[in-house]
Amino acid sequence: MTLKKGILDPQGEAVKNALHTLGYGNIDEVRVGKYVVLTLQDSSDSEALKNTVEEICKKVLTNPVIEDFSFEIVEG
Amino acid sequence: MKTFGIIVLPGSNCDSDCFYAVRDYLNQDAQYVWHEERNLDKYDVLMIPGGFSYGDYLRPGALARFSPAVDALVKEAEKGKLVVGICNGFQVLTELGLLPGALMRNKNLKFICKYVDVQVENAHTPFTSRLKMGQTIKLPVAHKDGNYYVDEDTLQQLKKNGQVVLRYSEDVNGSVDRIAAVTNRQGNVVGMMPHPERACDPLLGSSDGMYILGSMLDHLLKGGF
Repeated sequence: MTLKKGILDPQGEAVKNALHTLGYGNIDEVRVGKYVVLTLQDSSDSEALKNTVEEICKKVLTNPVIEDFSFEIVEG
Repeated sequence: MKTFGIIVLPGSNCDSDCFYAVRDYLNQDAQYVWHEERNLDKYDVLMIPGGFSYGDYLRPGALARFSPAVDALVKEAEKGKLVVGICNGFQVLTELGLLPGALMRNKNLKFICKYVDVQVENAHTPFTSRLKMGQTIKLPVAHKDGNYYVDEDTLQQLKKNGQVVLRYSEDVNGSVDRIAAVTNRQGNVVGMMPHPERACDPLLGSSDGMYILGSMLDHLLKGGF
């Protein structure tokens, strides 16, 4: 989950400035996001799983006004 | 006597401030409403106080909307009841979608706790009728996530509809257009980062918050919109 493109990310800016201070002058931009791991029950219906995860991302995990998300489903 | 219901979410911490402001300064009936309450019919006004509901986990205000009382509050808001969200309450109202926009981390990444000057952008609301257009009042802010964001199109709509109620006189937290308070399109729901309930006695540095609370009372006494 990350802030949408074009929305100021003050945390990312602060991290970028710290990296510059440490001498990593070649960093142009830092965007800070969040990573969530969901463990779902076994299902053979991968389409349904995908829909469920997408719905959870939209309804709960992100605020669509300011955030984007992407996800992948892998076998545990 | 009008009844103000103050929603107490797990992690609310300005509920007592609201309670005393309403009871002792506005001289109205203040009642705490536990977040598991499902019927909010009897209240004339609903307030979501400041604090850190649900520990601000995920995003400030994000988890509060799953409380039964908040669910009931949405239904009351849709009926036209006055709803006020202060600070964390404002964050809850934007997360609910009752108010446009979102509140992001302050531009300087710091928790800002101080008195600020705010200007009245619309004096024709149930929350500002005791004020004049352009009037400056002094209210405290105390937040880390008060950086109000709306996209450009929405901002233009808000301005056109008179939904921007208060603006900071100077940039405080990076908010778009220095917005400090907005209403919904219907005008019965307001969210604000400054704390009027903490500014009801000159002893505390300002009593300008009474303009806001008093305006709401006037609105109720004249029978609504």
